[in-house]
Amino acid sequence: MTVALSGGEIAARLEERFPGSVVESGQDSLLVKSESLRAAAGFLKTAPGLEFDYLTAITGVDYYDYFEVVYQLTSIRHNHSLVVKARCYGRDNPALPSVVGLWKGADFQEREIYDLMGIRFEGHPNLKRIVLWDGFTGYPLRKDYL
Amino acid sequence: MEIEERAGLYIYSDTQLDKEEGERIEALKASSQQPLPDPDRWLDEELRRHILLTSVDAVLNWARRSSLWPVVCFPACCAFEFITTAASRFDISRFGMEVIRGSPRQADLMITAGTLTWKMAPQVRRIYDQMAEPKWVIAMGACAISGGIFASSYSVVPGYSRIIPVDVYVPGCPPRPEALLYGIKLMQDKIAKRSIITEV
Repeated sequence: MTVALSGGEIAARLEERFPGSVVESGQDSLLVKSESLRAAAGFLKTAPGLEFDYLTAITGVDYYDYFEVVYQLTSIRHNHSLVVKARCYGRDNPALPSVVGLWKGADFQEREIYDLMGIRFEGHPNLKRIVLWDGFTGYPLRKDYL
Repeated sequence: MEIEERAGLYIYSDTQLDKEEGERIEALKASSQQPLPDPDRWLDEELRRHILLTSVDAVLNWARRSSLWPVVCFPACCAFEFITTAASRFDISRFGMEVIRGSPRQADLMITAGTLTWKMAPQVRRIYDQMAEPKWVIAMGACAISGGIFASSYSVVPGYSRIIPVDVYVPGCPPRPEALLYGIKLMQDKIAKRSIITEV
């Protein structure tokens, strides 16, 4: 069984490397600043002892005040996992840095979130619609859709 | 003198040969006073037993409804009920339908087994357009009839009738194989009422 690492312990290591990058952390997850998301993700992927080499899933959540994107990371080498979150504010043009450069598997999932929730991922190599058709207006998975 | 010697060479004399020839001709003439019967006359009784007079409509409709070939159009979960219908327990081949075609050009019935999204709709329309006339459509399941529980969704077509003309609706979520078979029988009854006069 994959061991779910505590967000708090990882947050301490991240803070040591990138001061001010972690907004909050808890038993289950840690929340990083959107500006330092890419640096933190790169650290989590390569840091000795962590080495999260596999991105299980990316999820977008609409909390009305902000959008939260949840990254489920897994290390196949060490058989442990971690949940990292990042937030972006504003409903008109929310954006987050892309992690496709680190995990190829993020490609389609970021496109899906872009398509259905309208969050742009800066640095994505091919950010276009994946599920809906050209000409569809609105973002169906936002809470205020309909 | 020479003539008599030559005549002696033959067993029968010329007069006897002429007489026998005359007798054969007379006998043939006597037995040929009536014309010979038509050599095909023996067929009459058999043919009378093998020819069935009917209307063109009845024959065409019988052929069409007895060999409906469905095209593959299984976008969602109703497909499993259709597969069950085709398998040995319910056995769709009893109705001449076991040949489920991958190519719409060889099919004349579309059983729409599943939810249709707007993004998939052009493809279904295209498959229908590629089917050769005459062709029919059975809308199978709640999604095919009205969009089902997804009817108000942003991405689901509320019923195949928005895309293609539907002949028979089979309700259920999903319909049981018996329901689909009943729908197929209704389809066959409908085909039986067609007339080629109306087909322009």
